[in-house]
Amino acid sequence: MSCMKKIIELQNIKRNFQVGGETVHALRGISFTIHEGEFVTIMGTSGSGKSTLLNTLGCLDTPTSGEYLLDGVAVRTMSKSQRAVLRNRKIGFVFQNYNLLPKTTAIENVELPLMYNSSVSASERRKRAIESLMAVGLGERLEHKSNQMSGGQMQRVAIARALVNNPAVILADEATGNLDTRTSFEILVLFQKLHAEGRTLIFVTHNPEIAQYSSRNIRLRDGHVVEDTVNPRILSAADALAALPKNDED
Amino acid sequence: MNGTNLFKIALRALANNKLRAFLTMLGIIIGVASVIAMLAIGQGSKKSIQQQISEMGSNMIMIHPGAEMRGGVRQDPSAMQTLKLENYEKLREECTYLSGISPNVSSSGQLVAGANNYPSSVSGVNMDYLTIRQLAIDQGEMFTENDIRTAAKVCVIGKTIVDNLFPDGSDPIGKVIRCNQIPFRVIGVLKSKGYNSMGMDQDDVVLAPYSTVMKRLLAQTYLSGIFASALTEDMTEEAVDEITSILRREHKLKETDDDDFNIRTQQELSSMLNTTTDLMTTLLACIAGISLVVGGIGIMNIMYVSVTERTREIGLRMSVGARGIDILSQFLIESILISITGGLIGVLIGCGASFLIKTIAHWPVFVQPWSVLLSFLVCTVTGVFFGWYPAKKAADLDPIEALRYE
Repeated sequence: MSCMKKIIELQNIKRNFQVGGETVHALRGISFTIHEGEFVTIMGTSGSGKSTLLNTLGCLDTPTSGEYLLDGVAVRTMSKSQRAVLRNRKIGFVFQNYNLLPKTTAIENVELPLMYNSSVSASERRKRAIESLMAVGLGERLEHKSNQMSGGQMQRVAIARALVNNPAVILADEATGNLDTRTSFEILVLFQKLHAEGRTLIFVTHNPEIAQYSSRNIRLRDGHVVEDTVNPRILSAADALAALPKNDED
Repeated sequence: MNGTNLFKIALRALANNKLRAFLTMLGIIIGVASVIAMLAIGQGSKKSIQQQISEMGSNMIMIHPGAEMRGGVRQDPSAMQTLKLENYEKLREECTYLSGISPNVSSSGQLVAGANNYPSSVSGVNMDYLTIRQLAIDQGEMFTENDIRTAAKVCVIGKTIVDNLFPDGSDPIGKVIRCNQIPFRVIGVLKSKGYNSMGMDQDDVVLAPYSTVMKRLLAQTYLSGIFASALTEDMTEEAVDEITSILRREHKLKETDDDDFNIRTQQELSSMLNTTTDLMTTLLACIAGISLVVGGIGIMNIMYVSVTERTREIGLRMSVGARGIDILSQFLIESILISITGGLIGVLIGCGASFLIKTIAHWPVFVQPWSVLLSFLVCTVTGVFFGWYPAKKAADLDPIEALRYE
């Protein structure tokens, strides 16, 4: 493991918020390192600081103190627009509620991150969006609009969008939270496939079941890391999916 | 981030909300169209007035008796007898700045020709009157110096008189028309000039030698006015000064006395009318400008609502790498697109409306290129100005808050 490239390196990250006159300590000194090719689940109950940690990892927020290196780049001292460019090149987000653009085709949704990267030409952009959609199994639905798709399909589009800029890390925030069991497993199969391809994934969730399908599990409580374990026996989501009772609606 | 991409993004966002974009545009469309139409009407009436003044003779000078006080009572100018034929003759001899000068006496009454009659007035003038008023003979001929000397009972008539006294279309030349029992032989017909800007029929005229009107019709020795024309428009002022000094001398006025006559020039008239129409144009443009501002506020309102409604979308765009400047540009481009498209449609509708007014209502309408350019520029500026605040608000959103926005 140690010979692998460090993608994320957190050094004693603290994040305080001023709420009214009081200081809320959301993160109280978090340190860990994630290497290339890991599939990490970050778990914790609400109020444990996992949302704040996710925002920090996603460069949407800057820590009050400590150092965060993303793919070797120090994030804390960056300006707002520098962080935007960093997100554009290094991070792919997958949200619980998909966050697709309304009334917009799958391909246009996936093209979105590349629209903000002027070094990618229009033809290159389209080519890469199609590749991404093929990779998530939506090669047949390139021109479908976001309101014509099911939840699972929308989440696949969102994953394709996260993949299209070939990011250093994919951050998923409760990516299966809005989906039924069967579709959740389908998405997990997709995540495991991406993991197998060597991508670095971070999956933030409060669902302990998902940890069984990841390679490493970090548990937060009250702004501290209380558990950081490597999963010795990763379950196959595909097997679990096959074991599920068949659904008549499919 | 390049401009083409931003433009595409803004265009897609607008395409997703076609109806709303159109309704927002409507404010700008109406604003621009009304600015153009109003300015066109204002400019049109100004132009037509200018044209008619120059048709009347732009270097015309009118001298009327006036400003006489009898025991503190100001007199009606038409009843005054201060302007005499001798004055006219003196001016004719001495003035150096005039190209033509004609006395004017007029007698109104019922004109009769055969079984037809028509109320009009006979103007007693000389031959110079034609050049002063820029009239021309259409048929027949003008009376001559000889006719004036002999006070011949001949006249030249306008188109309106011909139509009313000779409705059967017969040739009026050589026919006799009567005014107050005095027969006049028609020797010429004037070329038609139509109505002037004040609504006066310029064809409702009967011209006769002034001597005839003074001696045979009115039996008076004074004039109701003198018409003259300066050599050029620029010499009008010198001509007026000259006429003033001659008339003051002839009327034996002391240094302290006021003039007992009025001299008016077309320049005064034209500048007075120009001031009026300019004021009207400004007023119309102001009203139209207000509707443009209202349209602009409409844009701001919609963009503001749009930013609130699309908070999540903005959060997403930021999370995939849009910088503040990208979001700002996107919303600014959207509002500029709305206002420019609205402006273009407004220009078309404004020009169309002006044309309609011209053809249907027969108003003098003139669309000036600068008014089109101006309203177009104003609406672009409106787009930037009113789009700025909502766009800035969008750009300043915190991506975390925006993503969480419900």
